[in-house]
Amino acid sequence: MKQLVVISGKGGTGKTVITAAFASLAQNKVMADCDVDAADLHILLEPKILEKHQFTGGKTAVINNEKCNQCGNCIKVCRFDAISLNPQSTIHNPQSVSIDSISCEGCGVCFHICPKMAIKMEDNLSGEWFISETKYGPFVHAKLGIAEENSGKLVTAVRQNAKLIAEKENRDLIIIDGPPGIGCPVISSITGADYVLIVTEPTLSGIHDMVRVIELAQHFRVRICVVINKYDLNIEMTKKIENYCKISKISVMEKIIYDSVVTESVVNKKTIIEYSNGKVARQIKNVWEAIQNELN
Amino acid sequence: MIISVASGKGGTGKTTVAVNLALSLDEKVQFLDCDVEEPNAHIFLTPEIKKKHSVNILIPKIDESRCTYCGKCSEICAYHAIAVLPKSVMIFEQLCHGCGGCSLLCPEKAIEEVCKEIGIIQIGKSKKIEFINGKLNVGEAMSPPLIRAVKKNITDEKVVIIDAPPGTSCPVIESIKGSNYCILVTEPTPFGLNDLVLAVEVIRKLKIPFGVVINRSDIGDEEVEKYCHKENIPVLMEIPFDRKIAEAYSRGIPVIEAILEYKKKFQELYKNISGD
Ligand code: SF4
Ligand code: SF4
Repeated sequence: MKQLVVISGKGGTGKTVITAAFASLAQNKVMADCDVDAADLHILLEPKILEKHQFTGGKTAVINNEKCNQCGNCIKVCRFDAISLNPQSTIHNPQSVSIDSISCEGCGVCFHICPKMAIKMEDNLSGEWFISETKYGPFVHAKLGIAEENSGKLVTAVRQNAKLIAEKENRDLIIIDGPPGIGCPVISSITGADYVLIVTEPTLSGIHDMVRVIELAQHFRVRICVVINKYDLNIEMTKKIENYCKISKISVMEKIIYDSVVTESVVNKKTIIEYSNGKVARQIKNVWEAIQNELN
Repeated sequence: MIISVASGKGGTGKTTVAVNLALSLDEKVQFLDCDVEEPNAHIFLTPEIKKKHSVNILIPKIDESRCTYCGKCSEICAYHAIAVLPKSVMIFEQLCHGCGGCSLLCPEKAIEEVCKEIGIIQIGKSKKIEFINGKLNVGEAMSPPLIRAVKKNITDEKVVIIDAPPGTSCPVIESIKGSNYCILVTEPTPFGLNDLVLAVEVIRKLKIPFGVVINRSDIGDEEVEKYCHKENIPVLMEIPFDRKIAEAYSRGIPVIEAILEYKKKFQELYKNISGD
């Protein structure tokens, strides 16, 4: 079973549109949305949720002010400036220590150091993940809790479960919509994958981010190729991307035109393949065929 | 006044709004690019970088001559960054958050802390604007410490504009925390709306006043506007799709240079949110 990940470095390049198009083209596969921070693929796949799982990753320190004697040890050891003395102190209202749950990284050092055992480490409900049925087959996706750390653990849970389903149902491909950026979630999305498709656009920031994400993929030794989306918005930048890829020996699989039909398809919540048989749809089909050859 | 510019997802025009707002103001401006995974604002502001320094976190180093392999450090490490084997200790630098717990609690005092670079900070000037950005090293996962380091440079007497990373998790919170106002940039599509709703939840949790800028306001449907209306969220500005803007963007040219009347629009936006 193979794993294909679509990433973009920068957001808004059309990554999800292309991943969703693959969903309508690929046969025997499992879909997974690893952009758990801003998951969008479900909008086009319209999943029916079959299973819902809580995801607890990490902990948060909670203080019990009745036990605390304000010695201040925890404030001293916290490297994330999450603990402070409340400023309003009167004789009737002695100072109390408070922990800002948003700044707390859950390291637990305060918990270990507190002489009064006034600090508890509580599990965070950091998100939920789902197994769904769609007309294109099984789909694993997730929703990160608000303001929770996107450490890549939820991404890993999504990928693992997609893999389990693929194994159980004898499906030979997992198509993953990856997160933007080059941090933890992307690293969790691409490590161990077979093939990474990088979707870029012909803008200075598009090139900039593509270069960083290529470095990242090479760092993790994953095979990569590039698709330039909306290439005709700037032919000159497109040439620059092509040159960069040529020098770096990375194949540019396709240059997809800019067409407002793509936005229309999203507004209608359809994959571009379902919505139109125009040029963009045909070009994405070409990409899909090329990838199939690469994967086999 | 600290104004952060965020967006639930990437590619909505967050950097465009942040950069053009900064360029439009007559006030003294400090610009912080906190999108340390993909810093892009310098492309438009072309600052002259005057200072660079690296940002480190402290990670443990084991003094094997003192270590008794008791396993205490790996037991307390919340991120599984240390594994103690019968005759050696392994440290997984990528997972370490630099909390200092292991060295503090090692009963044998066998752990010292050493610096590890996670990225760099660049400080410079772009005409009148003081420019600061952070650049995370490739393969590095820990962006909040770098964002905190970028934000240490904030000076009170200027209007501070923060270009936040996309999304709704840790790095975004770290970037917008402490702002007096947050501008959320979105686009009028189901994707844009989905991500806007998530971003609004985050900002409400942080209790920061906020408003929305709708970019490419004429390309999609009405749902974003309806949502803002229903939720009493001010729509601060609408920027219609214009090939001229898209082309200028692709070349790294700010909108206000490509289409002059936008300067006034951004000034009004600022007036609107700063209340003068
Ligand atoms: S806690 Fe100290 S002595 Fe124990 S294994 Fe860790 S480094 Fe060694
Ligand atoms: S510094 Fe904190 S996160 Fe890093 S290894 Fe030690 S206990 Fe773990």
